[in-house]
Amino acid sequence: MVKIKSPEDLASLTAKLQKEKNTEEICITVCMGPGCLTCGSQKVLESLKEEIKKRDLQEKVQIKETGCHGFCQKGPILLIKPAGIFYQQVIKRDIPEIITETIINNRIVERLLYVDPILNSKIIKEKDVPFYKSQYRLVFGDNSLIDPHKIDDYISLGGYSALAKALFEMTPVQVMEEIKNSGLRGRGGGGFHTGRKWESCRNAPSPDGVRYVICNADEGDPGAFMDRGLLEGNPHRVIEGMIIGAYAISSNEGYAYVRNEYPLAVANLNIALELAREYGLLGKDIMGSGFDFDILVVQGGGAFVCGESTALMASIEGKRGEPRPKHIHTSERGLWNKPTALNNVETWANVPIIIKKGAEWFSQIGTERSKGTKIFSLVGKINNTGLVEVPMGISLRDIVYKIGGGIPDGKKFKAIQTGGPSGGCLPEELLDLPVDFDELTKVGSMMGSGGMIVMDENTCMVDIAKYFLKFLRDESCGKCVPCREGLKRMVQIIEDITEGKGEPGHLELLEELTQTVKEASLCGLGKTAPNPVLSTIRYFRDEYEAHIMDKKCPALVCKNLIEYSIDELLCTGCGSCKRACPVMAISGEKLYPHTLDMEKCIKCGICLEKCPFDAIKIS
Amino acid sequence: MPFKSTDENITGGKDFPDLYYEEDNLVSLTIDRQKVRVEKGMTILEAARWMGIKIPTLCYHEGLTPWGGCRLCVVEVIKRGRSKLEASCTYPVAEGIQVKTNSEKVQKTRRMIVELLISSCPNSRTLQDLASGMGITEIRFKMEDNDCILCGLCVRMCKEQMMSGGIGFINRGAKREVSTPFHKSSEICRGCGACMYICPVVTLQCRGRREPGDLCNACINVCPTDFGF
Repeated sequence: MVKIKSPEDLASLTAKLQKEKNTEEICITVCMGPGCLTCGSQKVLESLKEEIKKRDLQEKVQIKETGCHGFCQKGPILLIKPAGIFYQQVIKRDIPEIITETIINNRIVERLLYVDPILNSKIIKEKDVPFYKSQYRLVFGDNSLIDPHKIDDYISLGGYSALAKALFEMTPVQVMEEIKNSGLRGRGGGGFHTGRKWESCRNAPSPDGVRYVICNADEGDPGAFMDRGLLEGNPHRVIEGMIIGAYAISSNEGYAYVRNEYPLAVANLNIALELAREYGLLGKDIMGSGFDFDILVVQGGGAFVCGESTALMASIEGKRGEPRPKHIHTSERGLWNKPTALNNVETWANVPIIIKKGAEWFSQIGTERSKGTKIFSLVGKINNTGLVEVPMGISLRDIVYKIGGGIPDGKKFKAIQTGGPSGGCLPEELLDLPVDFDELTKVGSMMGSGGMIVMDENTCMVDIAKYFLKFLRDESCGKCVPCREGLKRMVQIIEDITEGKGEPGHLELLEELTQTVKEASLCGLGKTAPNPVLSTIRYFRDEYEAHIMDKKCPALVCKNLIEYSIDELLCTGCGSCKRACPVMAISGEKLYPHTLDMEKCIKCGICLEKCPFDAIKIS
Repeated sequence: MPFKSTDENITGGKDFPDLYYEEDNLVSLTIDRQKVRVEKGMTILEAARWMGIKIPTLCYHEGLTPWGGCRLCVVEVIKRGRSKLEASCTYPVAEGIQVKTNSEKVQKTRRMIVELLISSCPNSRTLQDLASGMGITEIRFKMEDNDCILCGLCVRMCKEQMMSGGIGFINRGAKREVSTPFHKSSEICRGCGACMYICPVVTLQCRGRREPGDLCNACINVCPTDFGF
């Protein structure tokens, strides 16, 4: 590999790669993101390679393994270019047919196409799929064009040209000003202005001149995988952003703190770093500019709290992953007490775009105080699960119905939880709320790192609050009393409520406790931990009251508050439930209505699933 | 004439006397409506204690690094018009801030913290005294029977003053505890007993071998370092 020694070298390499790229050649793109992998895309890929070899099509057809495309619900996804044909839920058996029909005979395999649930029509091209149509894939879009193991793919799309621009046409201060003017805010949860953070880091005194940049990829929210998708699918964009950031604050050393549970992200990032080093885009004298910078990958140990900046830094230093008071910001005294610029994966990935296209262009996207786009991981009771990127200011309703395709099985929407475990649950009345940092905070939730969990009418909000609280209780580091003891007690109270042992004063006690935990905790985890409880009490108070006063669970979820029974009129005595019951609670003779022994029943719900006549009732 | 709650009534018209230090090394702030100038780098807790204001603490010790874990020392800090609860043991004094050490919000929070702690560790005399002092007469949570409040004084004492580091925290969240690595007796523990000396909640207990009804007297003939603490 030839080293890139000047911006001209990079420009000529880019031009050469673009020229080499045959736009006529057929390219089959296989999504190898975590969603598709679990659906079996590895097998699809293998049989695709085999089939191409068998039919001697290697010259004609190119196969590309890419990162996550976003539409995880329909995995494994196959994209055939240049036509842009979009095949979904492809299995190994479909491969010979795809090759014969689409590649050789130029015909569409109809049954693999995406069907629009509303119009019931088949959609051929990716760009026409409603899931993609309403999105603005500024950061995430290149994922389907890039093989993360090949740096040339990224360079051919104009990659690292933002770095060349920053290094050779701009001074560090200009780079910083550009980011400041763009209005980019931290995508990790806090929403702090990135430019301002860099400025205070740059201006903070460091006697030996050492400053650090850190990429926070310790994404631990349940049901969120935006950073994973980016780091696995397009690691070079993050690396480029970090180098530009390092240049702006004049740092020579960077760390990428990646969650231990993301082995593929670690592997892809390490490969990408190695390739960038070989090209001279990382390490000593980057592109002949005289600027030195390198990145070291650090793997976390599996603690959620290490996503908090000070805990993350303690963890890199080899100490216990525990937050410390942040009266002096980490941008002034961070890693090893040196000024440190820590940003989330998505924030870093936005940096090259801003440098390339300019702050003015970037600040046109989004709302007044939240600029750009945001990637959300849309999960829960929704038709189209996956990663979606939308401009700030889009309404929640658009995300849920236009992109998400609504709630499955015709059920009613109940709530949407934004911002991960410490975000809040918002009811249907707030669906028209524009999504930006300030609006979400105003209604008692937060942007967080971008988790979005949709709940339908069969979800019990008290149960949901209990789930998130339990997660936070277990993931709290336990250093400060309000978070450690407070969350433990909150879980106990909520458990009592869901078990029917709730007492009239419990709700008030819960509210008092949340106030203390919120105000007196040491770090962001504790300060935001009561959000799920506070927001569910605020918007679904009647459900809490039904649990406490009437000892009833309106959504029929909390086991201690519901009872199963068999409707004698509907029961045909087929025996399905009797055979399925794990505790032998159902008895009765064949063809005669069965009876349920409440003493034995463990309320597992298997009989409800098995009964073909809907004779099992819950009350 | 009704009592007017202004600075004049409290300090007799004069500001609180300055600490004698170099001029440019001082910052001025207001603590409980009294203007005061203190040395840079001090914490609010140190400044308040120097002024004679009482702030309860559990995880703070003058000889150890402030930690900010128990949150009992919270005070209300008003900075640029925004009020926030902060742990006074770690918050450095800053120019122009206003501090309330005993506002209603602070009292409420402290009471809740003591209630939380005492419901987990009801056998501690320190906590019981604190509760009585604050007028807590009822615990609304389920009583447990733990001893340790995880203030971390012993861990810091062991490391910072005894230069040992034989004990530390293990696990996280509600499972957190203080122990030696892997719960095995530590090679670097000298059995100095400093951890027990500094513990704010557990009264020193005799750990010598003892049959029921026996007088132990183990300490008479045994060298202190031989104890298997």
